[in-house]
Amino acid sequence: MINSYLPILVILLVSAFIGLAIIVLSTLLSRKNPTPIKLMPYECGMDPIGGARRRFSVRFFIIGMLFIVFDIELMFLFPWAVVYDQLMIFGFIEMLVFVLVLLAGLIYVWKKGALEWQ
Amino acid sequence: MTDLVWLIPVFPLIGFLINGLFTRKLPEKAIGWIGSLSVGASFVVAVLIFLEVLGMEPGSRSVQKIVYTWILSGDLSVPIGFLIDPLSLVMMLVVSGVGFIIHVYSIGYMHGETGFRRYFAYLNLFVFNMLILVSANNFLLLFVGWEGVGLCSYLLIGYYYEKKSAADAGKKAFVVNRVGDFGFLVGMFLIFITFGTFDFTQVFSEATAKLTQGGLMVTGITLLLFLGATGKSAQIPLYTWLPDAMEGPTPVSALIHAATMVTAGVYMVARCSVLFAMAPVSMTTVAVIGGATAFYAATIGMTQFDIKRVLAYSTISQLGYMFMACGVGAFASGIFHLMTHAFFKALLFMAAGSVMHAMAGELDMRKMGNLRHKLPQTHWTYLFGTLAIAGIFPFAGFFSKDEILFYSFERHMGFWILGALAAIMTSYYMFRSVFMTFYGKSRVEADVAHHLHESPPIMTVPLMILAGLSLVGGLVGIPIIQGWHVFGDFLSPVFAPATAILTSNAHGAAHHSLALELILMGMSLAIAVGGLLFARYMYIVDPAAPDRVISRIPEIHQLVYNKYWVDQLYDILFVNSIVKFSRFLWKAFDDAVVDGIVNGLARLTRGFGGVLRQLQSGLVKDYALSIMVGVVVIIGYLVLR
Amino acid sequence: MIQFPVVNLGGILPALILCIAGLVVMLACLFVKRGTVTVAAIMSAIGILAAGAANSPLRVLNETAFSGLVSLDPYSWFFNFLILIATGLTVLASVRYLSDDEPGAYEYFVLLLFSGAGMMFMVSGNHLLTIFVGLETLSISIYVLAGIIPKNPKSSEAALKYLILGGFSSGIFLYGAALLYGSAGSTGLPALTEYFKAGTFGPMALAGMGLLAIGFAFKVSAVPFHMWTPDVYEGAPTPITGFMSVGVKAAAFAAFVRVFFDALGELQVNWTEILWVLAALTMILGNLAAIVQDNIKRMLAYSSIAHAGYILIGMVAGTELGTAGVLYYLLAYTFTNIGAFGVVALVGSKREANVHIDDYRGLAKSNPLLALVMSIFLFSLAGIPPTAGFVGKFAIFSAAIAQGYIWLVVIGALTSAASVYYYFRVVMKMYMEVPETTPARLEFSPSMILALGIAVIGVVYIGIFPTTYLNLALESVKPLF
Repeated sequence: MINSYLPILVILLVSAFIGLAIIVLSTLLSRKNPTPIKLMPYECGMDPIGGARRRFSVRFFIIGMLFIVFDIELMFLFPWAVVYDQLMIFGFIEMLVFVLVLLAGLIYVWKKGALEWQ
Repeated sequence: MTDLVWLIPVFPLIGFLINGLFTRKLPEKAIGWIGSLSVGASFVVAVLIFLEVLGMEPGSRSVQKIVYTWILSGDLSVPIGFLIDPLSLVMMLVVSGVGFIIHVYSIGYMHGETGFRRYFAYLNLFVFNMLILVSANNFLLLFVGWEGVGLCSYLLIGYYYEKKSAADAGKKAFVVNRVGDFGFLVGMFLIFITFGTFDFTQVFSEATAKLTQGGLMVTGITLLLFLGATGKSAQIPLYTWLPDAMEGPTPVSALIHAATMVTAGVYMVARCSVLFAMAPVSMTTVAVIGGATAFYAATIGMTQFDIKRVLAYSTISQLGYMFMACGVGAFASGIFHLMTHAFFKALLFMAAGSVMHAMAGELDMRKMGNLRHKLPQTHWTYLFGTLAIAGIFPFAGFFSKDEILFYSFERHMGFWILGALAAIMTSYYMFRSVFMTFYGKSRVEADVAHHLHESPPIMTVPLMILAGLSLVGGLVGIPIIQGWHVFGDFLSPVFAPATAILTSNAHGAAHHSLALELILMGMSLAIAVGGLLFARYMYIVDPAAPDRVISRIPEIHQLVYNKYWVDQLYDILFVNSIVKFSRFLWKAFDDAVVDGIVNGLARLTRGFGGVLRQLQSGLVKDYALSIMVGVVVIIGYLVLR
Repeated sequence: MIQFPVVNLGGILPALILCIAGLVVMLACLFVKRGTVTVAAIMSAIGILAAGAANSPLRVLNETAFSGLVSLDPYSWFFNFLILIATGLTVLASVRYLSDDEPGAYEYFVLLLFSGAGMMFMVSGNHLLTIFVGLETLSISIYVLAGIIPKNPKSSEAALKYLILGGFSSGIFLYGAALLYGSAGSTGLPALTEYFKAGTFGPMALAGMGLLAIGFAFKVSAVPFHMWTPDVYEGAPTPITGFMSVGVKAAAFAAFVRVFFDALGELQVNWTEILWVLAALTMILGNLAAIVQDNIKRMLAYSSIAHAGYILIGMVAGTELGTAGVLYYLLAYTFTNIGAFGVVALVGSKREANVHIDDYRGLAKSNPLLALVMSIFLFSLAGIPPTAGFVGKFAIFSAAIAQGYIWLVVIGALTSAASVYYYFRVVMKMYMEVPETTPARLEFSPSMILALGIAVIGVVYIGIFPTTYLNLALESVKPLF
């Protein structure tokens, strides 16, 4: 039982070793010429200075939530498509109902104007 | 006819519904007569049933009519039914009969009041509940009526709700009664546990089999039931609400707080006579409490100047008599006194109401006097009532009270002494009220005096009917001569099982001695007349005497000593010490202790509620903490146990 | 090969109809220009009636469907009807409360229908997961409904508090389900029954049971898991408060009883003592706290806590009669409390302006019939015969007495005697006091009159003729024993 967890332990150790090795090696081998800009935390292209608690537009959340809903719809469609040949008409109707329910939601949010950015 | 017994409570209910919902536009007269006639119709039905029952064999005069099975589910069964037997018939007749008379009187008395319609609606609702109470065939239905009359009493005491004292009095009655109701409820639970049913006939017939004689269970049940009775019937220690209840309209005092509702406790104890007979401790408790209340309330009655309060304390005292009768095993005598008391006390209250009517609402007897010429009919009827309550032969009270005193004597000398002392005080304070109100010098204020008038016939005729009943009502219970005690013989089948238990316990039943009976009878009569004479002395012969006695100026002792040595004896024995003592009781005990407990309980509950409010901080984290505490305690208990 | 589950759409048709009705209202009202509230209410009412019609023939069923996820039996049938009554009356009582131009006016009805559907799945759930999904469906709808009054901080506060604490309690419930799964290897109720019958369970299973009990106790607002109730009940729109107090409570009790009698019946000795304590605490605290409330919605909130205590007595009793008492009590309570909250909504008016009990002064003068109706509801809450509330208390108390739980019943009787005080305070205000200012005219709408009429007739009718309904309840709980 416990043996089956052994590979995981191995992976843990190996990855920890590689990570540590890279950090240690670059510290030892590199030339150091620090400037304040260089010491700043790195974030791709964005200005890292400023408060972290910035206010986002509430529409961002609405779009985000709607995205998740339809993302999950897609997640369900993939496994369904894989075994579609075995599910036959039953599976087709089941998925139709699911998609239609979400469609009703889509119509609702659309008509309510939740998809407009203004 | 017995099939129609359900009509008896239904008529007042119809009256209530009509007056409560539809008669907004009708004139007062119509509203009043709808209310009155609905009760009158019940009375007619009750009389017809009574006549039919009279035609039956005495042994088989108990009929159960299941009208409707209210709850029937699994083991649970609550049939709504009526029990027609001599006991419930007497109660039904008294409630509907006296109720009808008081309704008619109210048409005149309440004339011009703003809530006239509301008044009659409540009054009819009360009669409905009271009739349910007395005709129920099981404890649950009885309890329904019991709560119903309490509710109506509360509504009617607070009838003049603009007045703070009236609203407070209503609340007080309500709170005090809940204490008693709680006892009653728990008693009912215990009955249900023991018998698995609420049905009267079943409970009482199985009582001897399922309960041990004098055992803990039967004693507990009966004491709890009696606690309920002390609340409803205003006995020590739960009597304080009744005097305050006089804030309601006077006919309400007559109907609810004198003739009917307050006697419900007596009825209930009599109904459960079998259970009480099986619990000697409870019997003694009932007798002692009853006797003590009779005595105690009478002492207070002697010191009051408010005519309705005198009557209120007198009611408490007379109820004490009824309980004493039940406690010594003379259930039939208790009910007999209940009936005669309903006649004369209703009469006294309504006559007092008639005086109030004439005096523009004045209640203080010190501001009355010499009204007998101005209010002749009221005077005569009040006098009849007084003669009856004092126990002067041949008025109704003589027979019923004498019977109670006789049975108390048989049980124990102490009860007789208590009763006799209470009787003499009763006679004294009742005649005192007669003399202060109708005789002596007029102390009426000038602006009231010139429009003194006798009440209209719609009020005086009911008074006369009740006066007649107070005169002849006792004749159904003539003692000594075999077969003349019609009332006792009529009721005896109901109490036969209880009597059997009691006599089997008492080794060798007490021997009825004719001579003893006659001597006691003579003594009760002497007591009544003694009270009369004493009151007459104090308030007619020497009107200054009471003031002197109360102010306790030393010369008075001398003066009294010179006239009668008896006076001095009374002075020392009664007036001085008892007036003081009863004043003390009234002031200190009533106001401080009992009211204090009631108010304190209310404050305690509110205070506790306030603490809870503190916990309810409104912060989600505190709520989550409370949930977590619950989780930890429950899981900890489950896992670690 | 894939195993297809047994599909029995007819069995869950009532819930399906509610879902479809919700979707239809949601879409159709997008295109309605004027009177959206009325249109939505009428469509919802039709949906509820249709669901009721679909539910009626289901009483004869006694089977499970969808691979044992739902159980179709008289028990579900009874609660389906109860939920439909609660939802229907709430719809009727809400019409005048909403205005067409406010946001969320018809979504209100949509959410009501969805939460009704969630409740139905919850009561017929034969699997802890079905129950959980039903619970969440109804909860999420209710979270939104509690905060649906626009620009009202109290309403938003109520919604947020309920959401946070509701999430907390759902977590506890799920944890309990997980522990049971860990012990028994399944969360199907029949499988759990089998597992506990075998008798080899450890503390983990007991802890799971305890956590489930706490999850349910939160939803029925039993002490000490009740703290959210007064705040949420006060802040939520009044008709929704009424719906929460009966609908959510009924559904939660339904699942509570089913899980604990069906799946955890073998552990009865273990959970009875916990419920005993919860019942006693709930009755005492609920009633005492209600005494000091001056806001009628808070008072009714505490009263609803207290009633949860009385209902728990029925579970403690543990017999068929006790659980039947629970069902009857919930039915009686549905009519009573929706009615009472309906009156509060009517008097309080749209902006919840008059929710102090002093606002009830002199109601008997200005609106005698409304005062009478309110008094009947309060009498029923206080348990005064011949109302339904009395019969419910009577059935539960007598079942508990028959099992020897005398002290619990004594606490119940004592506290309900105390409760008469605060219910009567309102009656007294209505009948015996004079308002200081002239009361505002109340806006009666036909649908509100209908709702109050049905509620008051229900309270009186099942109070005077309780036998049929008690027997119905008794037959409905048969599948659990």
